[in-house]
Amino acid sequence: MTTFLRDTVTVFRREFTPAWREPVGLMFEMGQPLLFLFLFGALLDGAVGASWQWFVPGILVMMCLTGPMAAGYYVLMELVGGSMERMMVTPLNRTAMLVGRTMKEMAVLFAQAVLIIVLALPLGFELHWTGVVAGLALLIVFGVGLGALSFVLAVKSAPDGTLFYTVTQVLLFPMLLLSGVLLPLDSGPDWLRVAGGLNPITYIVDAERALFSGQVLGLPVLYGAATAVAVAALGLFLGNRTLRRGV
Amino acid sequence: MIHTRGLTRVFSLKKKQTVEAVRGIDLDVEPGQLVAFLGPNGAGKSTTLRMLTTLLPPTSGTATVAGRDVARDPAGVRARIGYVGQRNSAGENFRVGDELVTQGRCYGLTSAEARRRAGEMLELLDLGPLAARKPGTLSGGQRRRLDIALGLVHRPGLLFLDEPSTGLDPKSRAEIWSHILRLRETYGTTLFLTTHYLEEADSMAERVIIIDDGRIIAVGTAEQLKNDLAGDRVTLTTHTAQDAGRAAALLGGAAEGVTVRLRAASATAALPEHLRTLEAAGVKVATAETVRPTLDDVFLTLTGRSLSDDDLPA
Ligand SMILES: Nc1ncnc2c1ncn2[C@@H]1O[C@H](COP(=O)(O)OP(=O)(O)O)[C@@H](O)[C@H]1O
Ligand SMILES: [Mg+2]
Repeated sequence: MTTFLRDTVTVFRREFTPAWREPVGLMFEMGQPLLFLFLFGALLDGAVGASWQWFVPGILVMMCLTGPMAAGYYVLMELVGGSMERMMVTPLNRTAMLVGRTMKEMAVLFAQAVLIIVLALPLGFELHWTGVVAGLALLIVFGVGLGALSFVLAVKSAPDGTLFYTVTQVLLFPMLLLSGVLLPLDSGPDWLRVAGGLNPITYIVDAERALFSGQVLGLPVLYGAATAVAVAALGLFLGNRTLRRGV
Repeated sequence: MIHTRGLTRVFSLKKKQTVEAVRGIDLDVEPGQLVAFLGPNGAGKSTTLRMLTTLLPPTSGTATVAGRDVARDPAGVRARIGYVGQRNSAGENFRVGDELVTQGRCYGLTSAEARRRAGEMLELLDLGPLAARKPGTLSGGQRRRLDIALGLVHRPGLLFLDEPSTGLDPKSRAEIWSHILRLRETYGTTLFLTTHYLEEADSMAERVIIIDDGRIIAVGTAEQLKNDLAGDRVTLTTHTAQDAGRAAALLGGAAEGVTVRLRAASATAALPEHLRTLEAAGVKVATAETVRPTLDDVFLTLTGRSLSDDDLPA
């Protein structure tokens, strides 16, 4: 356990140092969700009732999807370049290799979340502390799973990466839309709601919305937590298996 | 230090096709040796190395590296070896110095110790002024030295290098070699390296293992291999093609115009004997020349192909 934590910190530090040394990229990452927030937030005002309460968690889930997916792109680069192989010959804990990478994305997500919340407060966003903290914890668990899955996908699609780009481009956007992150599904036709019900992201989005409205206990949160844990377990299992089989 | 028995790796491709990259290799490498693993492209050198370094599980067979079984205790193997892969070890987004520190931490060193070792390695491989640069800005030779530095941060007793000098200009190749040899003198590291450059295996390695098509076809010192498998080359010329033909028949060689080529285990001993035989038979010899064989001759004898024909890294 202690080596796991130490190695996770090692991988996290490696990933975070370049951002730390050249913070310009980090600034851009901060700016992007803000743009979304204000463009869509203004549009949605009035349309869904408590718009900020509805929209802030949606934006966070969206960023939680794009961060780990983007991490897969770097995995692909490192696989092709040879640095992944070098790390795999070290005794570095394999799960830490998967988790540490995602933790960098999660650190960025955390900063983005704080920024968004602070800016949304004067616009009428109500802060429910426990809900927000639980919501972020849920996103970290979900993000770890997604990061590991994106790692597996990157390994499977090396060296040319076609599979990786196809899956992330073709799958990500329909899944995002079908989860009700940006637009509510309730008003859509039946087939849309059925498709949404099959989409694991929907449960995460619903749980986040409940948490951000202060409903910490309840079925949406339970379903969301179960989904996040399942995705994390699946991701880490497949990720470890991939690492064991060699890249 | 390295012992394998029947080590095999089969890759499955699409449509049920398979590639037998390594076919039942038995290897024994003792501590302190500098071993060259020589073979043409696609022979299975990298695949073997990747199995020995736990990157790839063997399809069958066993391998013990630094006293640990690669399948049963991969973590034990990893902690005791260093690896310099065929491609570049440093990530493009990271500074040279940062990658070295990370590498030390990957081996469980404390931050302070990892920083100290990183500095030491930068010094050792003449990379000092490059610490704040990214790998993309380095020359080929500098990148390769960085790869070696990354493989050495934790001072392994056994270092694997996959084609350490391939693709470099002659000056950088010589530099890499001087670093490798110095390393060996300073730390007594056991070195197992692959190459498809004959001269390197010939001049640098104490032991040469030749692999072709996934099988080991010869093991020994370069001298032994040359003596046992190729023999010296003797070239005689005569004044007439007729004499050349008779000489070839008498000595068991091959005639071509006025030239006769033959092989001898030790040319210096064989030549006077040959000359006496020819004189007794009334064949007049114009010139006589002997040449020590190269490892290419060894490879040619064993496989019927020349190794130096291909020079592209793979
Ligand atoms: N991941 C892989 N999948 C399929 N075939 C492979 C893979 N890696 C290597 N091979 C094949 O195995 C053989 C040996 O390759 P390799 O070990 O890289 O040779 P060398 O390093 O001696 O040039 C080659 O025929 C190569 O095409
Ligand atoms: Mg190779």
